[in-house]
Amino acid sequence: MLKAMLGEAWRAMGANRMRTALTMLGMVIGVGSVVLMMAIGQGAQYAVAQTISTMGSNLYIVISGSTSAGGLRSGGGGGPSLNVADAEAIAQLEGVSRVAPVHQGRQQLVHGANNWSATVVGTTPAYFDARAWAVSNGYPFGDSDVRSATRVALIGQTIADNLFGSDDPVGKTIRIQQSPFLVIGVLGKKGQNLDGRDQDDTVIVPLTTAQRKVFGTPFPGSVRVMMVQAASAEAMPGVETSMIALLRQRHRLREGQDNDFYIRNLTAAADSAAETTRVMSLLLGAIASVSLLVGGIGIMNIMLVSVTERTREIGIRMAIGARQKDILSQFLLEALIISVAGCLIGLLLGIGGALLVNAITDMVIVISGGSVLVAFAVAAGIGIFFGFYPARRAAALDPIEALRHQ
Amino acid sequence: MSSALIRVAGLGKSYSTAAGPFPALRGVDLSIAAGEFVAIMGQSGSGKSTFMNLLGCLDTPTSGDYFLLDRNVAHLGRNELASLRNRTIGFVFQGFNLLPRMTLADNVALPLVYAGVERAQRQQRAQQELARVGLAAYADSLPSRISGGQQQRVAIARALVTSPPLILADEPTGNLDSHTSAEIMHLLATLNAAGITIVLVTHEADIAAWAQRQVRFLDGLIVSDVATPARVPGQC
Repeated sequence: MLKAMLGEAWRAMGANRMRTALTMLGMVIGVGSVVLMMAIGQGAQYAVAQTISTMGSNLYIVISGSTSAGGLRSGGGGGPSLNVADAEAIAQLEGVSRVAPVHQGRQQLVHGANNWSATVVGTTPAYFDARAWAVSNGYPFGDSDVRSATRVALIGQTIADNLFGSDDPVGKTIRIQQSPFLVIGVLGKKGQNLDGRDQDDTVIVPLTTAQRKVFGTPFPGSVRVMMVQAASAEAMPGVETSMIALLRQRHRLREGQDNDFYIRNLTAAADSAAETTRVMSLLLGAIASVSLLVGGIGIMNIMLVSVTERTREIGIRMAIGARQKDILSQFLLEALIISVAGCLIGLLLGIGGALLVNAITDMVIVISGGSVLVAFAVAAGIGIFFGFYPARRAAALDPIEALRHQ
Repeated sequence: MSSALIRVAGLGKSYSTAAGPFPALRGVDLSIAAGEFVAIMGQSGSGKSTFMNLLGCLDTPTSGDYFLLDRNVAHLGRNELASLRNRTIGFVFQGFNLLPRMTLADNVALPLVYAGVERAQRQQRAQQELARVGLAAYADSLPSRISGGQQQRVAIARALVTSPPLILADEPTGNLDSHTSAEIMHLLATLNAAGITIVLVTHEADIAAWAQRQVRFLDGLIVSDVATPARVPGQC
């Protein structure tokens, strides 16, 4: 029975090849654009998620704030209001897993005849864990290096490339501010951060070494920035409140006095970036869906024409014993075949288009089985939905009227 | 006398028009026994087409009863009527009404699709019926490749394929020349001789002469019902 019906649907569609092909084209374009747009949208989401994951999770940055002395207010990070003891106290708070004080700035690096300007980060070993930054070659420094301010450095991939070319930098020496530093490792590649800055253009040295040999501070023991990592996303609000309370108490700030530090939630920035791309990919999908809808309406239109044209045929079929459900399923099947075939071609074109976009623009694209499945289900749904009304009209025809139709 | 294949009692049908209900049939009583060959005659507007639609279970009456094989079918639903048409009645139309995109074999086999018969058996039955009307050689042709008379033979084969006890032929020779008409009537007479009941609608006296009984309609009523001398098949 189904085989006979498929054969009939094939014949009916073959009788009007051009029309069938054009109707199918509507579905092809609809499904193709949905698949392509979803691939691009999900690709963008994936790229942002990748970037966010290089930043480290559940992070706060605490910046020493504006001190006001006699009406003169310095900007954020200007005055050394935070110190190492603050960092140690924060590390004891409930919900805090790591605290890494950071002292960073731009410096010129020299190796042999090459030189390169890069960000120098002075910090403690906790920094590697907080930012989930692995060492790809060599090993990181430890707490003893911080205590004794050894001149060791871990360099990012960009620096390794620019100072050492294809040589292995580990065991070599670079000079920062005239001081020689032993390169003990190369940092794993992280790529750009959310601002588009190259994170691999970084040298990491022990905090104490940075303060004494690189930047030279008049306030030993003071810290401009610290990274605070909460144990979990749920713990973050509590950590923020208790940090503020702790620092205000430690800095002896009175009620009504401004904080002399700032707390920035890096995760919130990441979330908003992720949200932006999510909305963008939804928008792309929604726009593409409109063309899918138009394709569906095209199917309904052609099926209505087909029912009118074949009224007499319907009458003949009814006279020789076709029940209403036979007529209904015949026309529904035709609509379904058109939409599913259009969907398959559209899928191939959409995937092909996405691969082409990827090849030409090196934009990240993600084709997930889920999105393919959704496109397929939607197309089948459209076939049934827009095919149903014409099919029902065909099935509801009066056999006598239909037979009389010329 | 064996029980009637068709028995209608007080059969009435009225259509609603802008000028109020119009009675096309006004209480018709008729009984047709199995194996009869009946010609229904009358001018256009006499109610004979309405009567044929009711006999063919394409329509339901507004009053009266219709017993087909001793079952009252006057008030059945659309799907039950469809099954009844499929198994009990073979239709032959004036305009042949073959489906143009299907081969002759597929056309003949189509009622079996709706009867739920399997493919191999469908093909076999269709070949049989095509052979019966002398067109087995054209099984894979399209209807447009053969003449009108041949198309009508295929239509008869299609009517026969579910082995119905009754064939309703609505002006089967209306689109054919006199020679071909005689061939078709001869075929119908042969089928009747094989035991199939045939009810024929025509307005041509020489076509009606093939039947054993002539029933004449006028203004929605039967005005005459006469037996005619049997005509021996082969005498055309």
